[in-house]
Amino acid sequence: MFVELNELLNASPERPEEGKFTLLRDTKTDGSFLVHHFLSFYLKAGCKVCFVALLQSFRHYNIVAQKLGVSLTAAKERGQLVFLEGLKSCFDVLFGEEQQDGPPNPLQFMREDGSNLKTMYEFVHTSLMPSGSDSWKCPVLLVDDLSVLLSLGVRPVAVLDFIHYCRVTVCSQLKGNIVALVHSSEDSEDEENELVVNSLCHQSNLILWVEGLATGFCKDVHGQLKIIQKGSSELKAERNLLRIYQYKIQDKNVTFFARGMSAAVL
Amino acid sequence: MAALATGGATPSDGATSFQRKAPASSRLAAIAGTRPSVRHGQLLISSGLPSLDCVLGGGLAVGTLLLIEEDKYGIYSNLLLKYFLAEGVVCGHNLFVASAKEDPADILKELPSPLFDEVHKHQLDEEETTIKSKWESQEPMKIAWRYQNLPKMEVSPAASARFGHYYDVSKTVSQELFQSIKWHRFFLPEEISLQPNIKTCNMICSYTRLLQAIQRIIYHEGFDGSFPQKKQKNILRIGIQSLGSVLWGDDICGTDNPEDIHSLTKFLYVLRGLLRMSLSACIITVPAHLIQNKAIIERVTNLSDTVVGLESFIGSERETNPLYKDYHGLIHVHQIPRLNSLICDVSGTKDLAFRLKRKLFTIERLHLPPDLSDTVSRSSKQDLAESTKLLSSECGAMAIGKKHLDF
Repeated sequence: MFVELNELLNASPERPEEGKFTLLRDTKTDGSFLVHHFLSFYLKAGCKVCFVALLQSFRHYNIVAQKLGVSLTAAKERGQLVFLEGLKSCFDVLFGEEQQDGPPNPLQFMREDGSNLKTMYEFVHTSLMPSGSDSWKCPVLLVDDLSVLLSLGVRPVAVLDFIHYCRVTVCSQLKGNIVALVHSSEDSEDEENELVVNSLCHQSNLILWVEGLATGFCKDVHGQLKIIQKGSSELKAERNLLRIYQYKIQDKNVTFFARGMSAAVL
Repeated sequence: MAALATGGATPSDGATSFQRKAPASSRLAAIAGTRPSVRHGQLLISSGLPSLDCVLGGGLAVGTLLLIEEDKYGIYSNLLLKYFLAEGVVCGHNLFVASAKEDPADILKELPSPLFDEVHKHQLDEEETTIKSKWESQEPMKIAWRYQNLPKMEVSPAASARFGHYYDVSKTVSQELFQSIKWHRFFLPEEISLQPNIKTCNMICSYTRLLQAIQRIIYHEGFDGSFPQKKQKNILRIGIQSLGSVLWGDDICGTDNPEDIHSLTKFLYVLRGLLRMSLSACIITVPAHLIQNKAIIERVTNLSDTVVGLESFIGSERETNPLYKDYHGLIHVHQIPRLNSLICDVSGTKDLAFRLKRKLFTIERLHLPPDLSDTVSRSSKQDLAESTKLLSSECGAMAIGKKHLDF
């Protein structure tokens, strides 16, 4: 996790917030560093994490997490982390024999017409349901890239349904958190994706929007981060608080600074 | 990718850690034509074009997918595909060639021939002998007599063990070099005639067939690392030509609202899963300019690892533009993967152009020619200024507003 981002969001792993839906959105750049941040943040906070990783392999996440000071293999063994590796599971759906007994594959929708994500939801539900023995703090659902679901033939409404069900279960009933990443761009012709992104923006409590610089590539400033905090009941005066920072990604850390205040510029 | 970690070499017992790593001790260096990446530890192979390797951060990582957006007539993208396969021939890797248009055997026949150092060496040797014959009449000079019995040093290691080679496009690869390697073919018209159509997971039949073929080879030949002690590890290079074109039975090139809008993206997703689990790397050329629905291109880009676009000047007005007279086209690096790290290797220069010389295909940094004369007629100068402007707006691929300043 990145300490500077925690300060900006006023969060700390000692007291993670509850019942929040955070949307990570990236435009013309890669926002995956935020996924790594939240993964290590919630693991350090002692939350039970269900990570639906559709984009990369477990090895990738594990190596990056080690750089951030968390071991995913250890967390898996402790039972703190439930990891769904999409790149492996899709393979079982396509080439594996259909097994009759046992839980269905979470990516079962690839065989069907993509009208529902029921098996995926059931997977999330069973992995986050508290069992008597463990004493983790609030449950967390982390999705690396909802946009992949659309590419795999799931209808946009099904994706929205899935997130809605997860919000009911994880955020309301279990008092947990959801973090999901989506890609978007303004001049995109991908209408399905835009529909999903806009609806999720409306539903979320916090939007972290990563954008590439409009003026192009820069070696010392990798992009800008918009933090949009939806007004809660206490904060009626300042609805939709918007803050913009620029950031630079380093090997093990990300530094954030006000616009134009990059160390390379000053 | 699980078997690919290179960092596991423990310092040998009791000895100092400052030791040269012997190639035999690291099991990964044993595979010819590969080297571990400095940044993320992933094994890299050469794309067959050292200048492209340089742009992509050292080479193509094993287990990843390189997507090439074809130029309008598919000339240069086919050349890149052939370079990739030729590099596999020289390094002794296994090849898998899939096409719907040309017979894979024909593609392999046209691979460019490698430029080995032997030719140079031969010439050098000849020169040496002439010098020697001159000297034999005289007493040989003795500068350091204790060195004279030492064996001659091999200046460069065996060409095949090296990383990245140069190729002569004007010649095709020799047959004896070609016979030593193992290759597999996938020619769509043949495969389709063998079996009736099957459609799984709402993916069109040709893609399913191709996935099954790749999966079969990876499993049977042990590229998934399932039988580690069975035999020498090797790399599988997969080359797929013009994926998504009409010949593959896909209709994304024909209409804006294709029936199988998800076929290509599903195929890429499963293929990426296959690659990640095995010692293989894949290069795919896609006729992106033909795909009507731009949403598909965005999704395809997100699902690939490295994406490179080619834009040739053939048939465009840039062909005659004096600015571009040294080049044959532009190359756009759309995406570089982030592997095992937060950052990716982005090269500092974004303006790259390629040119096909008589023998070599190279990628270079785009330079404007010097404006030497004052006597150039006014109109053409203005033309130049116009195209310079055009170029600079292209340079920042993301530049939107001219007035906007980020800092």
